[in-house]
Amino acid sequence: MRLRRRRHALSRSATVLALMVATSISAVGAGVLGTTPASASSTTGVTAKQITIGATVPLTGPAASGYSEIAPAMDAVFNWVNAHGGVYGRKIKYIYLDDEYNPAKTATLTRQLVLQDHIFADVGSLGTPTQLSVQKYLNSQKIPQLFIESGCNCWSNKRYPYSFGWEPPYTVEGKLLGNYVKQHFAGKKVGFLYQDTTFGQDVMKGAKLEIPKSSVVSEQNYNVTTLAGPLTTQMSALKAAGAQVVVMGTIPAATALAMLPAFAIGYTPQYVIDSVGADAPTVGPLLAAFTAAGGGSAATAKATAGLLNGVITDAYLPPEGLGSNPWVVVTKKLLAKYAPTVWKKDGLNGNTEYGVALAYTFVQALKAAGKNLTRAGLMKALEKKGHSLTTAGLVPLSYSASVHYGYEGGEVVEFSSSAPPVVTPTGRWPGDKVLTPVEVTTPGSGPVRKYKGRISVPPAFVKRSD
Amino acid sequence: MTRAPSPVPVAESAIRPDGDRRDGGHLLRLPEQPLLRHLVLMVFGAGLLYLLTQSLSAYNNFQVGEIGAFAIALAGLSVLTGQNGQISLGHGALMAIGAYTVALLMVHTHLNLVVELAIATLVTTAVGVVVGVPAARLGGAYLAGVTLLLALTVPLLAAQYGSIFGGEQGLTTTPPSAPGTINPERWLAWIQLAAALVVMVLLGNLVRSRFGRAFRAVRDDDVAASLAGIHVTRTKVLAFSVSAGCAGLGGALLVLSTGVVNTGEFPLTLSIELLAGMVIGGAGTLVGAWWGAIALVYVPQWSTSLSSRLSLGTTVAAYLADALFGAALIVVILAAPSGIQGSLRRLAHGIAAATTGRASPPNPPAALARLLRSADVPGGTRSSSDASTRSRDRSPDQVATKE
Repeated sequence: MRLRRRRHALSRSATVLALMVATSISAVGAGVLGTTPASASSTTGVTAKQITIGATVPLTGPAASGYSEIAPAMDAVFNWVNAHGGVYGRKIKYIYLDDEYNPAKTATLTRQLVLQDHIFADVGSLGTPTQLSVQKYLNSQKIPQLFIESGCNCWSNKRYPYSFGWEPPYTVEGKLLGNYVKQHFAGKKVGFLYQDTTFGQDVMKGAKLEIPKSSVVSEQNYNVTTLAGPLTTQMSALKAAGAQVVVMGTIPAATALAMLPAFAIGYTPQYVIDSVGADAPTVGPLLAAFTAAGGGSAATAKATAGLLNGVITDAYLPPEGLGSNPWVVVTKKLLAKYAPTVWKKDGLNGNTEYGVALAYTFVQALKAAGKNLTRAGLMKALEKKGHSLTTAGLVPLSYSASVHYGYEGGEVVEFSSSAPPVVTPTGRWPGDKVLTPVEVTTPGSGPVRKYKGRISVPPAFVKRSD
Repeated sequence: MTRAPSPVPVAESAIRPDGDRRDGGHLLRLPEQPLLRHLVLMVFGAGLLYLLTQSLSAYNNFQVGEIGAFAIALAGLSVLTGQNGQISLGHGALMAIGAYTVALLMVHTHLNLVVELAIATLVTTAVGVVVGVPAARLGGAYLAGVTLLLALTVPLLAAQYGSIFGGEQGLTTTPPSAPGTINPERWLAWIQLAAALVVMVLLGNLVRSRFGRAFRAVRDDDVAASLAGIHVTRTKVLAFSVSAGCAGLGGALLVLSTGVVNTGEFPLTLSIELLAGMVIGGAGTLVGAWWGAIALVYVPQWSTSLSSRLSLGTTVAAYLADALFGAALIVVILAAPSGIQGSLRRLAHGIAAATTGRASPPNPPAALARLLRSADVPGGTRSSSDASTRSRDRSPDQVATKE
C-alpha cells in the first residue's frame, strides 16, 4: 500500500507540472494575442488613419449557401473607398469571422472582435438567432451593432439603442406580398408554407394582415433544423387543399425543396415567395443540384430550371436584372474592379448586390457622423439623418430615435423570361418584371401605401467609381 | 527517451517508490489521504489560476473561462470512457440539457447562481440515469448509437417546444454581474475555473475510491468484476450519470459565456469534437481534460489566423479547424495513444529515469496487454491478486482506453 501511494504522489506532481505548463502556455499565448491597441484616439477602433470594424457571418455550415458571398462583396466598397483616401482620411479595415450560423460561436467570436481586435462597430453581421445572442453584450459595451442582416422586428427595441437592423421587417415584406395577392388573385384559394422560426412566422403574420381569412385553405410549415429532404408532405397537403396561390416564407434551399416535389406530383400553383428565399441566381443552381442529386434526367432538369419563371417576390433593392438601373451599373463596376475574386466566382446576384449596398450604407453613415467620429456620434447621426442617407434602397431607411429597423418598403416583382436576364458565372437566370409601384408600410397594421418620396440615385462620384 | 524492457509486471515496474524518490520529490510531497491531497492541489491550482487571470487580457480571460467549462465536460467524458470503458456520442446534448436548465432558471427565477448551477447539474445527472440504465445493457457501437440518438433528439425537442425553450432564438440570459471594479470577463473566468477545480477534486476522489476501482474493474472485464462482487449495471449507470452531470455543469457554465442558449448551439459535431478533445488530451486522465479543453477553444482560433496569414480561400479556411482536429486525432492515436497527458507523463518519467538511471515505465497499452496475458494464466506471476485488485494497482491516470 505504501508503495502505491508514493506513486500517486509522483503522478500528482506530474499533474501539477502539467498544469503549470498549460497555464504558462496560455500566458504566452496571451502575450502574443492580447496586445493593446496603439490607438491614441479616444474612440476604440478609430485612429486618424483607420477605422476597424468587424462582423460574424456564416462562411460555412447550413446557412452558408449564398450568404457567404455577402461579406466578401462588402469589401468591394471598402477597397474602393480606401483607394480614394478613406472617409475623412480614415481607411476602413473590415474583419469578418465565420460563426457557422451557430450562436455559441457568434458569442465567442464577437468577444474576439471586441476585446482583441478592438473594433469600433459590429457591421453587417448575419442572422436573427446569432445576433440576438450578442445584442445584450454589444449594447452593454455601447458598441454599435449596425445593419444587422435580418428582418426581425426585434432590432427596434428601446432597451438596445445601439442595434440597427437593415432589411425591411419580414412583416413588411409579407404585407407587400399579401397586398398583391389580395388585389390580383381575389377569389383564389391561398395556401401558406413557412419556416417555423421568427422569419417565416413574421412573413405569414404580414401576409395574413392583407389576405382575407376566408381565402386561406391550408397552412404548412417546416422545421429548419431538420430540413434535409423534399417537402413532399407539405406540398401534397397544399395540393389536396386546392391552394392555387402558395405564399412562402422560406430560405433558398427550402424554396427548391418545395418546388421540386410539387413539380413531381404535377402541382404548379402560383408561387409568391419572400425575397429571402427567392433570389433566382441562388435558387436556380439549387434546383439543378437537387434534381441531379435525385437522379433526374436532363429533360427533368430543364423542366425544373423553368420553375422559376412566373414566381412572384418582393424587392427592396433595385432588381439586379435591370441592367440600366444606375445602382446596378455601379454595383457591377465596383465588384469587377475592387472584388475581382467575388466577381469571377459569383458575379452580380442578390447576395453580392446586398453586400455592396449594405457597405455603401455604412460609408454614408460614417460621412454623416462627421470628422470627429465617436460611437455615440454615429448613433446620433443615424437617428437624426438616417432617413436622408443616400443608399441603394428603393425607399429611404426608416431610422429615427424610436425606429431601428431598415427599409419600410419595396416593390413586387415577377421572374420573367421576357425581362432582361440575370447573367452570373453560374448561369443565365430569368430577370425581374416589376409588377407594382414602390410601396411603403409599417410592420404593424397600417395600410400599404404608394411611395411618394424621391427615388435615390448614386451620387456622381460613385457613378465614376474608378 | 530510452525505454528498457521491464521484466517485472506493470505495477512494480512503474517508478519504484522507494526512498530514492525523496531526493527530488520532497518539495512536492503531498498528504497521502486523497481528499486532503486533492484539496491542497486545488488551493495550489487556484492560486496559479488567480495569477494567470490577473495577468491576462479580457479576451483571454473569456477564453480561459470557456476552457474551464469545457474541461468539466471533458473530465466527465474522460471518466466515462477512460475509466469505465463506455463511449458516448451524446455529451454535446447533455451539455445542452444543463445549458437549457440554467437558462430557464435564470429567466423564470431569481435564485443564487450557485444554486442554479447545482440544479442544472442534478437535472442532467438524472437524465444520465435515465439514459444510463438502457445504455448499461449495451456496449460498443450500440451504446454509441443510443447516445447519438440523444445528440440528435435534444435540439429537435427544444425546437419542437418553442414556447418553453424559445425555439431557434432560444433563451437569452444575463451574465453574472461582477462585484466592484472587477473586469466582467475575469469575474466570469473565476466562476468557471472555481467550478472546474471543485469538479476536479470530486472526480479525483471518485476515481480513487472503491467506485473508481469498480469503474476500472468493469471496464477491464465485466465478468471478472461481477465475480468479484461488483454490480456491473449499477456501476455503469453510476459512471454514466456522473459523467452526464459533469457535461450538464459544463454546458450551464458555457451559457454564462455565450449569454444565450438555443438549438444551433449544441450540434452533433460538438459531441464529436468533445470525444476528439478527450482522446487528444488523454482518455481517463483529469489533466488530459484540460489539454482537450485548450484544444477545443484554441484550435479553431489558430486555424482562422493561420488561414488568414496564408490567405487561404474561404472554402479551405472553413474546414481547416476540422482538418486540424482530424489530423491531430490520427497522430495521437498512432503515435501517442494515451494522449497529450500520457505522452507528457512518459516524457517526465523518461527524464527522471535518465537522471536517476532507472527504467522508465512501459508503454501503457503494452502494459495492459501484458497484464491481460498474465490474467489468463491461473497462478501466474500475479496469482495472489484477483482482477479487481489488479486494476487498482494501476494508477487511474496512467491507463489507456481499453479497445
